[in-house]
Amino acid sequence: MLFEDPVFASRVLTLLTLSFHIIYATIGVGVPLLIMIAHWVGIKKNDEHYLLMAKRWARGFAVTVAVGVVTGTAIGLQLSLLWPNFMELAGNIIALPLFLEVFAFFFEAIFLGIYAYTGDRFKDKRKHFLLLIPVVLGAAASGLFITVLNAFMNSPQGFDIVNGQLINANPVAAMFTPAMPTKVAHVLATAFMTSAFMVAAISAYKMIKGSNHIYHKKSLYMTMKIGLVFSIAAALIGDFSGKYLAEYQPEKLAAAEWHFETEEGAPLLMYGILDENEEVKYALKIPFGLSILAHGTPNSEVIGLDQFPVEETPPLIIHYFFDLMITIGVFMISLSLVYFIGIKRAWPFVKSKWFRSLIVLGGPLSFLAIEAGWWMTEMGRYPWILKGIMTIDAAATSSEYVGLMVILFGLLYLFLGIGTVVVLRRMFVNNPVEIELEKQRVAQGGETT
Amino acid sequence: MSLEIIGITVLWTFLFGYVILGSIDFGAGFFNAYSIITGRQHIVSNVIQRYLSPVWEVTNVFFVFFFVGIVGFFPKTAFYYGTVLLVPGSIALILMIIRGSYYAFELYGSKGYKGHKGYAFMYGVAGVLVPASLSIVLTISNGGFISMIDGNPVLDYVALFTSPLTWSVVVLSTVAVLYISAVFLTWYANRAQDTGATNLMRKYAMFWAFPLIIAAVGIIYELSYHNPEHFSRILDLWWMFGLSFLLWIGSVWLIWKRKQYGAAVGLLIGQFALAFYAYGISLYPYLLYPHLTIHEGFTNDAMAISLIVVFILGLILLVPSMYLLVKLFLFDKEYVQGIKKKE
Ligand code: HDD
Ligand code: HEM
Ligand code: HEM
Repeated sequence: MLFEDPVFASRVLTLLTLSFHIIYATIGVGVPLLIMIAHWVGIKKNDEHYLLMAKRWARGFAVTVAVGVVTGTAIGLQLSLLWPNFMELAGNIIALPLFLEVFAFFFEAIFLGIYAYTGDRFKDKRKHFLLLIPVVLGAAASGLFITVLNAFMNSPQGFDIVNGQLINANPVAAMFTPAMPTKVAHVLATAFMTSAFMVAAISAYKMIKGSNHIYHKKSLYMTMKIGLVFSIAAALIGDFSGKYLAEYQPEKLAAAEWHFETEEGAPLLMYGILDENEEVKYALKIPFGLSILAHGTPNSEVIGLDQFPVEETPPLIIHYFFDLMITIGVFMISLSLVYFIGIKRAWPFVKSKWFRSLIVLGGPLSFLAIEAGWWMTEMGRYPWILKGIMTIDAAATSSEYVGLMVILFGLLYLFLGIGTVVVLRRMFVNNPVEIELEKQRVAQGGETT
Repeated sequence: MSLEIIGITVLWTFLFGYVILGSIDFGAGFFNAYSIITGRQHIVSNVIQRYLSPVWEVTNVFFVFFFVGIVGFFPKTAFYYGTVLLVPGSIALILMIIRGSYYAFELYGSKGYKGHKGYAFMYGVAGVLVPASLSIVLTISNGGFISMIDGNPVLDYVALFTSPLTWSVVVLSTVAVLYISAVFLTWYANRAQDTGATNLMRKYAMFWAFPLIIAAVGIIYELSYHNPEHFSRILDLWWMFGLSFLLWIGSVWLIWKRKQYGAAVGLLIGQFALAFYAYGISLYPYLLYPHLTIHEGFTNDAMAISLIVVFILGLILLVPSMYLLVKLFLFDKEYVQGIKKKE
């Protein structure tokens, strides 16, 4: 059998479920903010295009939330099914944010249901708008609390272990770990950034396909601007995340950077390969880069993998994930900056087909960066599930049927993924903006704005 | 009251909320599938579109609350149940995902699209299988199916699937789902002034009322062999079950007489609440007989208190929001009747 080892199979299933859930979770955190901004601008400028954006995005959002809910339920239950020993320990100290997350989501779900089904029950558009505030807050709080839990896994605190017994548990201290501020901020900023670039990609795609409607131009301009702001934020916070790692999880940073020997003035390595002798070849070297990322000054000392026993070295493949994330981050900042300046200065090429194709590409790339970032942090914690306290091997289930579940859930996610794309396409292609605007006007008695 | 008792009461209440809301949801899916086969589709599917699709996510949260909360209050349950429930738990999950995807893809996603019959059928069937697979947990908690091997709990599948207790629990959960759902939908269809649907759902409700009681008595009978200790505790609580039975008579009578469907739903909730809490009390103090009690499985006081505080704060936030939701989708007569178009 392929998955004889329950530990390995559990890791694969966790990787599969989380990598799939994070796509919907990112949309779930980011898109409500976009809907809210569009709705707000629409009310302020009394512009039906922005109002229609809010409406159409909310419609698509209902589909992705539903899939987010089922995959989230899956991961929530799987945590107990696959990692019973970890959850037993974690339940004692860190159940609080998990509990809070469900409350936050509950809150969001209620108001989302109301918002989505009451579009035409309010005469006053501003009242309908108010319903969005709890949705945005609930979504961001869900992301916040779950990331708090993940931060705890990376830098556990808030308890003592004496003779294998957990004592002096302090659930509040366990939530405010050293990893928490940078992690939460980075996760939220990247979710906003990715959602904005996703919508921008769709608008750009429409324009490449020949639609010249002002609706798409407005939508593209607005989302690129939001994307620019949050991608800069993501990079700045990412820099702080590096400093966090240098202090609390130096082995993760060292593995991500193939930094084998402790040294001062360390360079940042991008790409390259490792030969048999663990020599780095063909890498791009940015002098002093790593020292700056780790401590903010070019000559500071960065701890290398030589300080750690081999069994505690994370897999070196995370180097590529790290590179991928940073490359995409820098690319997206540049792209949206060029676009922004280009529109202001009326550079013709930002309206060309090839530039718009790059924007289309930016949507999937942002998601790829999210995945790469998570693969790096989660694999970079190896061999620990709770850093310094419990290993992955000790945490996993002893059940022998996990392999089968990997296959079943794999098929199910495939179905959900394809279903989402097919349904969203059908929803928007069968009901294009032009026709919907026309219908609205007829309904309002033929007046135009 | 000790913290353990507060904790388990909170959790049991969430589970009860899920049982009622979930039953309505699961049963409706089944009736929908059934009417598609018998060619009466639109009657039930209207109700599903107008009531279930705005609230199913909220229903789902009750379930998530339960399994997140139980790990918080009783972390040891993760070790015992987590290990042995991998297969039944995963099967329940897969079924729930199929149902959720139906809402996502068929109801939200399709404007003016007729809907796929096979999919609706799968959604319906998955709905009745979910309670069956989740109810296995209740059976396991009675003890006798788990042995400790090398310090790890192992589930004896052969014993489980050949036990009459297992099958009577499965039958009861399935029948209860169909009954709860039919009674609720009778009321809802009546409010929507949809006479055809009301009559149909009333017929279903009457049909499932008697099997329900037979199945419930059957379980108590099975338990007398399987776990005599538990059985005798159930007998001690005879008055709660008796009261529950009286409420059942009341709701059946109302439906039979075509009177006061709203009151019938109220009596039904009371009936199930009494039986559900009585059953819970009879299990006390075991979370998993005889391996785990609520006292040894309990978390530390700091965690328990913080969870309870959060729970109370959460309720302050949620109860008004829930009220708003219910008001808009259940008690707003015009919406229920379809006068206000849904967006
Ligand atoms: C659109 C996605 C995206 C982009 C463009 C970036 N990141 Fe990132 N990064 C993430 C998405 C992400 C993430 C998926 O959100 C992670 C994974 C775990 C986490 O906390 O956030 C993450 C983690 C993460 C970590 C590890 C934190 C930890 O393990 O605690 C570091 C050091 C960085 N990032 C640094 C950066 C830098 C210097 C970037 C410069 C451009 C950058 N990230 C762009
Ligand atoms: C509260 C948040 C999280 C918890 C409790 C959690 C828990 C876990 C656990 C128990 C494992 C298995 C141990 C291991 O192999 O390292 C794991 C691995 C993993 N997690 Fe997380 N995780 C969280 C957040 C995330 C998120 C949001 C993602 C995003 C996709 C993610 C991605 C992964 C991946 C890819 C692995 C596999 C790593 C490997 O194979 O080594 N995690 N996580
Ligand atoms: C181990 C990691 C995770 C677990 C256990 C988890 C758990 C869940 C659960 C149970 C749900 C269903 C909602 C409910 O019924 O309560 C859900 C949905 C959601 N999760 Fe996750 N989640 C994880 C990772 C993440 C991450 C990292 C984020 C955000 C950055 C996130 C954001 C969301 C959002 C926004 C939803 C709502 C659904 C939507 O709007 O699409 N989750 N999650």
